[in-house]
Amino acid sequence: MQALTLKDVRFRYPGMSEWALDIPSLEVQQGEFVTVLGPNGAGKTTLSLLANGLVPKSIKGEFEGSVEVFEHPAPKYTVSQLSTLVGMVFQEPESQLFCMSAEEEVAFGPENLAVPRDEISRRVEWALDLVGLKGLNDRSPFTLSGGQKQRLAIAAALSMKPSMLVLDEPAYALDPMGRIELYSILSDLKAKHGMTVIVMERDAEDLVEYSDRFVLMANGRVTASGPPREMLVDPGALRAAGVSPPQMAEVASLINLRRKAPPLRFLTVDEAFAEITINTHHHSKGASH
Amino acid sequence: MIPRPDADSEDRVIFLRDAKFTYESGVEALKGVTLVIDKGEYLAVVGGNGSGKTTLAKHLNGLLRPTGGQVLVMGVQASTRTVAELARVVGYVFQNPDHQLFCRTVHDEVSFGPANIGLDGPEVKRRADRAIAVMNLSDIRDRPPLSLTLGLRRRVSIASVIAMEPQVLVLDEPTTGLDAREADELMAIIRRLNDEGTTIVLITHEMKLVAEHANRVVVMMDGKVVLDSDTRGAFSDLGLLRRSKLLPPPVTQLAHRLSQIGVSKDILTPQELVFELTRGDDQ
Repeated sequence: MQALTLKDVRFRYPGMSEWALDIPSLEVQQGEFVTVLGPNGAGKTTLSLLANGLVPKSIKGEFEGSVEVFEHPAPKYTVSQLSTLVGMVFQEPESQLFCMSAEEEVAFGPENLAVPRDEISRRVEWALDLVGLKGLNDRSPFTLSGGQKQRLAIAAALSMKPSMLVLDEPAYALDPMGRIELYSILSDLKAKHGMTVIVMERDAEDLVEYSDRFVLMANGRVTASGPPREMLVDPGALRAAGVSPPQMAEVASLINLRRKAPPLRFLTVDEAFAEITINTHHHSKGASH
Repeated sequence: MIPRPDADSEDRVIFLRDAKFTYESGVEALKGVTLVIDKGEYLAVVGGNGSGKTTLAKHLNGLLRPTGGQVLVMGVQASTRTVAELARVVGYVFQNPDHQLFCRTVHDEVSFGPANIGLDGPEVKRRADRAIAVMNLSDIRDRPPLSLTLGLRRRVSIASVIAMEPQVLVLDEPTTGLDAREADELMAIIRRLNDEGTTIVLITHEMKLVAEHANRVVVMMDGKVVLDSDTRGAFSDLGLLRRSKLLPPPVTQLAHRLSQIGVSKDILTPQELVFELTRGDDQ
């Protein structure tokens, strides 16, 4: 099943001459982990607002084309129906958190849909556990660390039991370990719950090992799409497109420039270690400190 | 050992002596920090979310005053100076540029600080023109700052700080929200300022930036300095970095694993690693 299908979509904000989005075709499969990479202004935020129906339902503008969410036309859903299918997590968790306790924050969505009380309690426990905040029910969101706030925002989205999560630069303010924790949770949600995950990012670094596919965006358009190995092996092209390549791709590309042997294609530290130790018999031996 | 303040040392621009800070909420954000910053350094203060690094940075120019211990700026007790006086020596660039921007045009914004401290017209103009040139903002000097992209707003906020011609520039997460191109441009400008003698204090958790730019690293954890080292040495203790919610850049992680085949552990950039791996190939 397709989780998200865009056909001939164009969207323009009022008063703008350029299309914020101009996407002839984009498909995301159910259970896929897709990272959308692009520089600022590429259209990533508009695309995430389109996926959960805020564009064009609440955020008006000139809209053309068709958007299907789980194979039903998006306009046929109400905003609250869409909210149970597509969970949204924004760049700054502060913009999403407003309750007095973590528990209230997570319960807020289902309460608004008149979900029964005991079912809400179950969902709260389930969602807090999934994001590693079990037991912090009574904590004020504002006393949580940046990483915990972002995970609470994810728990709040999860309590609606969505089938797809769309996250707009969720690692924005997180420290390195916070990022890895965040992406591991998303990866678990995909593996254990079949969650479809779409992450908007500017930096490919930490997402290499979690993403099934990278979609490259520029100026409102999708410029390329494919598995990490096809999309990330040319760091120069990524830089030219305004996104940060994984550092291991830079190492591979520098080595390839200097040797005639078949090119190395690693993207992660594990892969690099394996390939370099296999290929190392004629270099580095004897280098010691 | 706590270093002694040395009134004779002209190179010592900032000296924190067992500085402590407790917020009104009761949170102890600094639990006794001792730190010496010398002229011309490019220092990175790193740490996870909530480690106290921003609180530390705000002590460098008096935005926060220690609730215990001392801060000396150019050998003078910071407590005897106003923030406006300290701003002539230590410039502070906020993480969110919009906390700083309020004028009608970029030019007005950049002129505001020098005019506000009573410099005469020609001097204000000289400083504003220089800051605008250094930050590559000449083309947009008449635009309203808040109409600009985040990358440009950040550059305007830095220009307005360097127009004060401070000896020390403190930058709190200056690349947050910037894409690769904007970040590269900004870091190149900051590098040039350092080359020309400005002391740089970079507050960040972006370890690739630290590896590429800083020559000294201070690691903060739970309100304390847990490591103070040259950059090459800073990434050697992976356990300490993990406990501090940090990871060295991937290339340094790889070098650590490749140390079993003789690769040096203190690799900071892809270029350094590849040089080490491929030397001897040409023989």
